Amino acid sequence: MASLAAQLLNGVQYGLLLFLIASGLTLIFGVMGVINLAHGSLFMIGAYVAYIVARESGSLWLALPAAVLGGVALGAALERWLFRRFYDRPHLDQVLLTFALILLFEEGRSILLGNDFHSVPVPPVLDASVPMVGGFAYSAYRLAVLTVCLAVAGAMFWSIERTRLGSAIRAAAEKPEMVDLLGLDARTIHLLVFAVGTALAMLAGALSAPLQSVYPNMGNSFLIISFVVVVVGGVGSIAGAFWGALLIGVVDTLAKAYLPHGAGLAVYLLMAGVLLWRPTGLFARA
Amino acid sequence: MQIAGRTGTLVLALGALLVAALPLVADGYYLQLASTALIAAMLALSLQLLVGGTGLVSLGHAAFFGIGAYTVRFLGLAGGPPSILVSLPAAALIAGLAALLVGTLALRTRGFYFLMTTLAFGQMLFYLYHDTPLGGGADGVFLTRPTFSAFGFDYAPRRRDVPAAMLYANLAVLVAMYGGLALLLRTLFGRALLGISANEHRMRALGFDTYGLKLAAFTLAGALAGVAGHMFAMTEAFVNPELLGWHRSAEALLAILLGGLGALHGAILGAFAFVGLGEAAGLLTERKRLVEGLVILIVVIALPRGLIGLKLPSLRPRTRQAPIPVEETAS
Repeated sequence: MASLAAQLLNGVQYGLLLFLIASGLTLIFGVMGVINLAHGSLFMIGAYVAYIVARESGSLWLALPAAVLGGVALGAALERWLFRRFYDRPHLDQVLLTFALILLFEEGRSILLGNDFHSVPVPPVLDASVPMVGGFAYSAYRLAVLTVCLAVAGAMFWSIERTRLGSAIRAAAEKPEMVDLLGLDARTIHLLVFAVGTALAMLAGALSAPLQSVYPNMGNSFLIISFVVVVVGGVGSIAGAFWGALLIGVVDTLAKAYLPHGAGLAVYLLMAGVLLWRPTGLFARA
Repeated sequence: MQIAGRTGTLVLALGALLVAALPLVADGYYLQLASTALIAAMLALSLQLLVGGTGLVSLGHAAFFGIGAYTVRFLGLAGGPPSILVSLPAAALIAGLAALLVGTLALRTRGFYFLMTTLAFGQMLFYLYHDTPLGGGADGVFLTRPTFSAFGFDYAPRRRDVPAAMLYANLAVLVAMYGGLALLLRTLFGRALLGISANEHRMRALGFDTYGLKLAAFTLAGALAGVAGHMFAMTEAFVNPELLGWHRSAEALLAILLGGLGALHGAILGAFAFVGLGEAAGLLTERKRLVEGLVILIVVIALPRGLIGLKLPSLRPRTRQAPIPVEETAS
């Protein structure tokens, strides 16, 4: 029972990390119509930023803001100089553009930092176990990750649902012409969405650096599973990404714990079921 | 999508002759490389039927390639090395069945969802071979090649002749595949697929069962990818789960974009260009992916119509007529 509870918590924590990645993916597609395969590489870059900053400064606390700020800068630069040209191009061109970016990011990482595995230490304050209700102990760092992710998710819901900028973003996702008609600057919205999406992916990378090692191609599996989240939740929907991520996170973690041979398969079977039932995802607008 | 005109067919025939002449001048390494390019061309060609022919962009196509390849292993396990006359249709059949199953679900979606769904199903099949005992391990396994034997006739190439024998086998399969697809695209079925890629709504309004047509195209493309995978397994005598992975799917997409979506033979040109590029990049520098990434970037930004978009001088006398969508070939 206690181990099941611990696995459930692991699943929720994994799902919340997935939410950080998938929400950027779904917003970037929802608002700009761009399929970004390089989103997993951004996650990888975030983890490496955390590794470098933590190694140089000796603290993960500096690494998190560094990953977020670096993500804003990188995302804005990518949007401004590259992606802006691709909004009206076919999906296939976007797929290839972002596939090229994966190759370039991975090779850049290999040139600058080599191909070794690195571990990032958990901050000493959080390097402990917390006794939980139900008689098991749980890693304090994982609880902290859970809290940070929930806070970010809350901030996103609030800013998307309650602020003027958020309503402009929702409008841009639903009816791009409306944004122009209302005299809002669509280009600023695009830049912002891309920067925020990138920052979230890099934050997720930085947060997960102490949980797993930092290694080449680490974004690959996160990318594909995030696509599953987006498909299950419904494209362009933040709520869909949230509940989809939790569902996928829990199912994947439980499958890995209890069905060793079916581990990789479980989430895809789930996705197939959802597609049969609702082809546009659980939370797609009608 | 066009079928090669007079110039294109001539270029293709010349290319086939060049490849056929390779064993006279080149050693095993280059024969192997040529086989790799031929197999990449088969996979790209099968994907071109979907992307260029039907307007369906799939990111999970390599799964059927891998399933075709693994079929060779299963047949070998079941009863010793099979004849190519058995293993090739078997690979096509099993890959086609898998594609039928995936397509039934994936074609309920379109656009972005279709891309993501095929990607996810492709990865599901990848994990099926990667994680379960079915595939014989995540690192891959060696296998015995199917034999060239049919109707009592048996050709067993000597060890040093194997690369040349495989080169000719691959060339024959690619030529047959190209010829078959070129014929198919001229039939009502092929025209209907082109119609779907141009405007699916209108095709439905005209009374075509677009879902059924797309499913047929998806299944056929999967079966052809299985044939390509079979030829890979036979050439390399090795299979691993990476054959099903999405990187291979993306590379096949890259090949057809490099060659050009506008024409069937663009897939072949693109696959040869991509394999050649990888080889050249590997010879020049350790940083193969850097060169590949930069070339893709340049192609995507500067050559949206692919190599086909580069105008070759036409052998056909100029007329004032507006070009018709599907050109007639010389024959």
